[in-house]
Amino acid sequence: MDCNCKKLRDDIAAGRIKSAEAVEAVFDTIEKNDSKIGSYISTFKEQAIANSKQLDEKISTGKSAGILAGTPIAIKDNMCTTFGATSCASKMLENFHAPYNATVVEKLISAGAIIIGKTNMDEFAMGSSTENSALLKTVNPWNTQCVPGGSSGGSAAAVAAGMCSAALGSDTGGSIRQPASFCGVVGLKPTYGRVSRFGLVAFGSSLDQIGPITQNVTDAALMMNVIAGHDPADSTSVDEKTAPVCDCLEKIDEPIGNLKIAVVPQFNTGADGDVQKAINEAIEVYKKMGAEIVEIDMPHLEYSVAVYYIVATAEASGNLARYDGVHYGHRAEDIENYIDVYCKSRAAGFGKEVKRRIMLGTYALSSGYYDAYYLKALKVRNLIRGDFLRAFEKCDCVLIPTCPTTAFKFGEKMDDPLKMYLSDVYTIAANLAGVPAISIPCGFDGNDLPIGLQLMAPAFGEDKLLRIARMFESKTDWHKRRPPII
Amino acid sequence: MPRFFFWMAEVMSKKIDAELVKKVAKLSRLELTETEVAEFANQLSAILDYVEKMEQLDTTDVQPLAHCLPISNCLRDDCAKPSLGTEKILENAPDTDGDFFKVPKILD
Repeated sequence: MDCNCKKLRDDIAAGRIKSAEAVEAVFDTIEKNDSKIGSYISTFKEQAIANSKQLDEKISTGKSAGILAGTPIAIKDNMCTTFGATSCASKMLENFHAPYNATVVEKLISAGAIIIGKTNMDEFAMGSSTENSALLKTVNPWNTQCVPGGSSGGSAAAVAAGMCSAALGSDTGGSIRQPASFCGVVGLKPTYGRVSRFGLVAFGSSLDQIGPITQNVTDAALMMNVIAGHDPADSTSVDEKTAPVCDCLEKIDEPIGNLKIAVVPQFNTGADGDVQKAINEAIEVYKKMGAEIVEIDMPHLEYSVAVYYIVATAEASGNLARYDGVHYGHRAEDIENYIDVYCKSRAAGFGKEVKRRIMLGTYALSSGYYDAYYLKALKVRNLIRGDFLRAFEKCDCVLIPTCPTTAFKFGEKMDDPLKMYLSDVYTIAANLAGVPAISIPCGFDGNDLPIGLQLMAPAFGEDKLLRIARMFESKTDWHKRRPPII
Repeated sequence: MPRFFFWMAEVMSKKIDAELVKKVAKLSRLELTETEVAEFANQLSAILDYVEKMEQLDTTDVQPLAHCLPISNCLRDDCAKPSLGTEKILENAPDTDGDFFKVPKILD
């Protein structure tokens, strides 16, 4: 079964296949393959099949079933659902049952999506390989010796292995795009404020954004049409007056005329040879379609990782203060006084990377160090934003690799946190500047591992960004390749 | 690298020693093992060494940017709505007593 979103939705709506059949087929694939891949922390087979049958009935009576009618969708396990646990792949929240649905989950359900499971991730979305999950190991469907990327590694692996039609991920410094690149699928980080964060477990609140991971660009556009928009429950989601939601799907197959693409030479030359080659070939594809390529300098982007690991950890240290062993989450047993409730519960509930980031963020915000680290980082963040504003005066989008390498091996970067952080060097800037960015498949390296092409556009330009991505996709067939495991 | 220089480099780059790690751990309400203290001292020092590359940039006239887009809070209408309810909220609590969260004694 071809399980990509739009095709499946069209087939279900036209009565060519029943939603229940599609959902059952996806669960067959999960039962066959997920013991090898490890995408899902939890699945909801009974509920999903029951919901799909209800939907089939609705469709058979001629009623509209919504724009995702009956398609099986996976959710990263840091988005709240009233069904199942919302664990964030942490021992802290392993048994946490959210009292409400995240806005994105409500929107998917209203659009007729069938939520089939919650996917694995780095604990609290902190990591670039999904190795920081306290609950499960996820492997790359293209090579089980390699990581799927992270932190939305479970979502990306599930989409790549055909274990859902599409998935939601969250992206604070590359957590949608980097795993999408490593697993050979499409991943979009929308503009900050485009999608509601209500019900997304907070990590770095000025950077976090939910977005789709899909098999192709059209599906990403379809998913955006469902999840984008202002939410009264999230005061940072942008209102209709400032940036009206536009239909991403309507003109998806219309190429952009007089397209101007900017490339940043020092970024390409910093990547592995195979990645450089694939990116250069992608540039040629755009040239052949008549795009004008301009070289630009974005001098402050090389400071992105430094800024990010101060800003994101500072915000995380505050956000994760709520895990106190009192209101919800893990509480340690050997408690003597109320301070123990905090210190021992957090010591047992959090994994090493989470502790490391809380420590770094607390340090950066502590008296005596605030100016040197946090304030300085916010100033450099402004310079990075300025690089983007200047770039977009000269072009429609910026094209760089998603990652300097393809998927790396398990354990390769676990002993050296800085080395792991540096693997996000190309994705972080878009979060710091708040602009939308997409990763699409653009080739394979010598070991048959996928390579991702990243396009970044001005704030709230998702519709145009997706069309530019679709232009490349329509001339290539990298996105059609499927991993050998299925 | 000869052992002495390796040692010198380690000492010179040590921004965070064990004592500071313990202080920050206390602020973070995290109980750390001695092994973790030693490990974090090394790792956090290395990360801060890297982060200090920000110093290369002159930011004298640059405003700090806390929010990346020129939008302010979008406030909803100030009207009362039903809340989730005590029972639902307490379902996830590690320990409860009636309508309350239960914690160890705070005052002696």
